Amino acid sequence: MFRNQYDTDVTTWSPAGRLFQVEYAMEAVKQGSAAIGLRSKTHVILASVNKANSELSSHQKKIFKVDDHIGVAIAGLTADGRVLSRYMRTECINYGYSYESPLPVGRLVVQLADKAQVCTQRSWKRPYGVGLLVGGLDESGAHLYYNCPSGNYFEYQAFAIGSRSQAAKTYLERRFKTFTDSSRESLLKDALFALRETLQGEKLTSSNCTVAVVGVGEAFHTLDKETIQALINEFEIAGEDAPAEVPVEAAGDEPAAPEDGAAPADEGAAPMDI
Amino acid sequence: LQVMDSAPVENSLMSSESDIQRTQYPYVTGTSVVGIKYKDGILLAADMGGSYGSTIRYKSVERLKPVGKHSLLGASGEISDFQEIMKYLDELILYDNMWDDGNSFGPKEVHNYLTRVMYNRRNKFNPLWNSLVLGGVKNGQKYLGSVSMIGVHYEDNHVATGFGNHLARPILRDEWHENLSYEEGVKLLEKCMRVLLYRDRSAVNKLQIAKITEEGVTISQPYSLKTFWNFSAFQNPTVGAEGSW
Repeated sequence: MFRNQYDTDVTTWSPAGRLFQVEYAMEAVKQGSAAIGLRSKTHVILASVNKANSELSSHQKKIFKVDDHIGVAIAGLTADGRVLSRYMRTECINYGYSYESPLPVGRLVVQLADKAQVCTQRSWKRPYGVGLLVGGLDESGAHLYYNCPSGNYFEYQAFAIGSRSQAAKTYLERRFKTFTDSSRESLLKDALFALRETLQGEKLTSSNCTVAVVGVGEAFHTLDKETIQALINEFEIAGEDAPAEVPVEAAGDEPAAPEDGAAPADEGAAPMDI
Repeated sequence: LQVMDSAPVENSLMSSESDIQRTQYPYVTGTSVVGIKYKDGILLAADMGGSYGSTIRYKSVERLKPVGKHSLLGASGEISDFQEIMKYLDELILYDNMWDDGNSFGPKEVHNYLTRVMYNRRNKFNPLWNSLVLGGVKNGQKYLGSVSMIGVHYEDNHVATGFGNHLARPILRDEWHENLSYEEGVKLLEKCMRVLLYRDRSAVNKLQIAKITEEGVTISQPYSLKTFWNFSAFQNPTVGAEGSW
């Protein structure tokens, strides 16, 4: 995109009917580090790449628990994302207080979208520079939504946002038809594979990614490092290609040990290994 | 949603000058409501009397009303406050329907909402002078709850308001059991309502029984209970206490 005389104000239309400030806000989402989401009938997985500013610093938190049944992964201006997460948490808790019931994801997402839209129609505001992947469960099943700075929202079977998300999207487009009936483990593997695509050759370890799950009977929570590493080992040993459908685990827990044995193969020179 | 309460808050600690908008005592009141869970859902019973103090002024007051697709509300106490509550509940359900997204308020949500409303009004010293029974079925789950004018709320297999607490619930404690058939449930409720008719002076012999199941709500046409007044104890009531009347 190039600068032009219609891009100073969010309340100025271009002759072609575009609001450039809103589009610039969506650019900010594309610059953020990748976040992906995918869902089956019973589970939603959110995963993000942990990008640290420098080797000295820690990475920013990009996945937030909104309620037991809803979580959000963000890409873009994380500060804006935190503020919106706080709004979502407040809405959920207020609804729960009044109705003793979890706020349906679909309604939260609409409220979020309407909030974002306001910032596209006030001259003294700016659009939120963050894209949100909202994953949650309600009466009608598991849902994954993408909320845009423009105030639009869409429901997805699987989606990826942020830098190099196209690589993840390509992977997800190949596999998404299997997701509805996937087991939790299979979904997790697909999430990690998709995330790996965005790393463009860099090694995927539990230090450079965050994965969170919400499902029927399973409150939203982030998986710990050990669990993620175990999953990574399991499919990295299996090779480059995506695995075939993994048989459903009876207890629904992480597999206790990878098929080939416990010790991970040589890590190689991993630049981000801290 | 419109503001529910416009009573001005008095700064000088409950002084009497501008208290005119606070509810101090009820005027037209309904008496007991009794509710039970049965095999297919919930049964509520209430008579159709609206008393004006000790006068039985109105005899066709409907005190059982449907709320949305999944709930039934029965109210005792001030009838005008009940009508207000119905207005707000209808508005709540309307906004819920306007989402048009496959989600809908079940009886648990409505009960909790009512509890918040009643309790908040009580905290402002301007209560809605009602005791409410909220019953319903959603996704096969039966729900029966009660809320009072001070916000006391609970769920149970059988609930009652007012005199029903003292006269009906002992009967229900003995005779209620899981999976009552519809006929058994109605008989049980009629037994409770008959006792109330004999012993509660504000009861009238014209009642409705409402049923809610997964399929929906049915409120019966008004009917009367058969009563028997020929007990020997009624024949010569003062025989054991000469001089009394």
